[in-house]
Amino acid sequence: MDPAVLLFLSSGLFLGWSLGANDAANVFGTAVGTRMVRFTTAAIICGVFVVLGAMISGAGPAHTLGKLGSINALPGAFMAALSAALTVYLMTKAGLPVSTTQAIVGAIVGWNLFSGSLTDTATLVTLILTWVICPVLAAVIAAGLYKAITAGLRKAKLHLLRLDAYTRAALMLAGAFGAYSLGANNIANVMGVFVPVSPFTAFSLGGGVTVSPVQQLFLLGAIAIAVGVFTYSKGVMMTIGRDLATLSPIAAFVVVLAHSIVLFLFASQGLEHLLARAGLPTIPLVPVSSSQAVVGAIIGIGLLKGGAGIRGRLLGGIALSWLATPAIAGLVCFIALFFLQNVFSQQVYRPVVYELSEAVLERIESEGIDVSSVRDLTGTLLVSTPRLRAALEERVDLTGAELRAFVGFAEIDRIEIDKSKLSRLGADLLITDGQRAALARLAGRSFNHRWMLDDALARASDEWKARPATTVNKLFNRRLDEKRRAIHTLFRVE
Amino acid sequence: MKRTAIFRKTRELESQIDEFCDKVDQGALAFKIGIQSYLDGDVDAFEEKLRQVNELESRGDTLRREVERKLYSQTLIPESRGDVLGLLENMDQILNECEGSMWQFAIEKPVIPAEFRNDFSKITDCAVQSVGALVAASRAFFRDIDSVSGHVHKVMFFEKEADKVSTKLKIAIFSSDLDLSRKNQLRSFVEHIDNIADTAEDVADRLAIYTIKRSF
Repeated sequence: MDPAVLLFLSSGLFLGWSLGANDAANVFGTAVGTRMVRFTTAAIICGVFVVLGAMISGAGPAHTLGKLGSINALPGAFMAALSAALTVYLMTKAGLPVSTTQAIVGAIVGWNLFSGSLTDTATLVTLILTWVICPVLAAVIAAGLYKAITAGLRKAKLHLLRLDAYTRAALMLAGAFGAYSLGANNIANVMGVFVPVSPFTAFSLGGGVTVSPVQQLFLLGAIAIAVGVFTYSKGVMMTIGRDLATLSPIAAFVVVLAHSIVLFLFASQGLEHLLARAGLPTIPLVPVSSSQAVVGAIIGIGLLKGGAGIRGRLLGGIALSWLATPAIAGLVCFIALFFLQNVFSQQVYRPVVYELSEAVLERIESEGIDVSSVRDLTGTLLVSTPRLRAALEERVDLTGAELRAFVGFAEIDRIEIDKSKLSRLGADLLITDGQRAALARLAGRSFNHRWMLDDALARASDEWKARPATTVNKLFNRRLDEKRRAIHTLFRVE
Repeated sequence: MKRTAIFRKTRELESQIDEFCDKVDQGALAFKIGIQSYLDGDVDAFEEKLRQVNELESRGDTLRREVERKLYSQTLIPESRGDVLGLLENMDQILNECEGSMWQFAIEKPVIPAEFRNDFSKITDCAVQSVGALVAASRAFFRDIDSVSGHVHKVMFFEKEADKVSTKLKIAIFSSDLDLSRKNQLRSFVEHIDNIADTAEDVADRLAIYTIKRSF
């Protein structure tokens, strides 16, 4: 591997490390701070389960983050992660319950602005809504759990020592669950920006187990988180433990559990699928803030106990960090990208060229969008998104979705199904035999746009067809998207 | 069963604490029978009970030390460790007082006039009842936090009763025509027994605070 690649990934690893140092304390801080669980025990449990969570359930939230803005050059991704990491560091210094999620989202939007890419407003709105919902949900869950558990304990009449032993075990279990959820939910923050530019290729472990490029990235990020836990989280845990000393061990357990449940809800594809099957509304898979979930849970228990101990300053701190974190990260990212591009001559984004060919316009028309007023642009090449946008908006008023359709279909992305590369697909077992056969039939052909390949594949095999966009099909379509992206990356003509 | 293996140490410690409570309870009861035997003039029975209280006291000491050592070496119940320690030491103090009082009877062999015997018996009964209620309160502190206050309330009640009897008895002693030296000696015995109830009350007061701290 090119050593420069590792250099560019280092900012993600730094972000992962700081996430491990800070957020592991949310999971085990109370347990270690109150000396219910030893630090070494906590760190081992935390490290192992963070890695497991990231590898097994990390894909959902990463996908959402990828939709927000697809950073298409490694140096750009490097700077996005670095700006986020710096913002987290600064906000932590200022003593605010900072969220890596909010920082990385701000950084991605900063990249979007710098590169002139479109920000998917629908995804952005979903993200911002979940930030508000996350602490509220944590508060509700914590209050409910606390009431149920204390009522149960009153009935059970456990011996003080037995209760102590059970609480220790429960804190460790909840901590393991919390670390798993943290890995699953927040790996997207650490490595999400690198997913579209992953420098890795899939490899097989034998026995039918394949590690995809994304999983390799996640593994690397999760290890960085684990290193952060081992090297730096002890002090943070002790501080959290002291700050929350007014919490009884039972309340501490409830806080960790509520936090973990919330993070899990926003990360589990399995749960999303179950809900969809049952015809229930699904929970968006979004990276949320671990710190804010903890604060929410504590407030929930505080309210249950009659509102004592709730500090307005803390609430204000959360609200402020909702606004300040993304803003600072976005600004830092924007400025830093400027320097990286102009001083260090790095390509921070791959310039995108758009072509409104006859075929493209036809395809856009087939989506039910009126293209008659932009016909005069037929055949022109437009370099960069802002130019395309300006050219379109001169002629017609477009909604956000229509604009995204133009951007998506007109982008030139040369793809050639090179026979020699077909064999490389062998390692990636995510692709079915039918899908592979369909791809082989297209060997030797080349395409100017991604959608052309996608459509050709869909014509060649039903297995390449997207299913109707219902919640039940969401998971299938998302997987299909991932496979398509892998194909695009593999066969792209640079 | 794996589960039992994990919590085996915990159960051992639980039963040691239970046994310690038993020893305090038994010590107080043995004290009562011993004093009653003394008042009845049955010296053999009194000495037998003195021996018993002695043994209970030293077993109580051993148990207390063992429990304290385990609590600290295994960093158990970090939140209430100090409270439990204080509770055990104060309960042990009660056993010491019972034993001390009996030794004083054994050494000084006070002659108790017949008209005071009934009140001596009463005050002993009140003191022992308050210790009994305290032991119940302590057990509840470990297992059933909600019922602690009921037992603490009883401790207070018996301590008040003991105080009333003790005042009444002291007045009677000093209005009698005994020598001042004998009056003083008898008073010191009344106070000795009454002190047991006072200590029980002090422990109960603390226990009430520990209980507030322990509520979830």
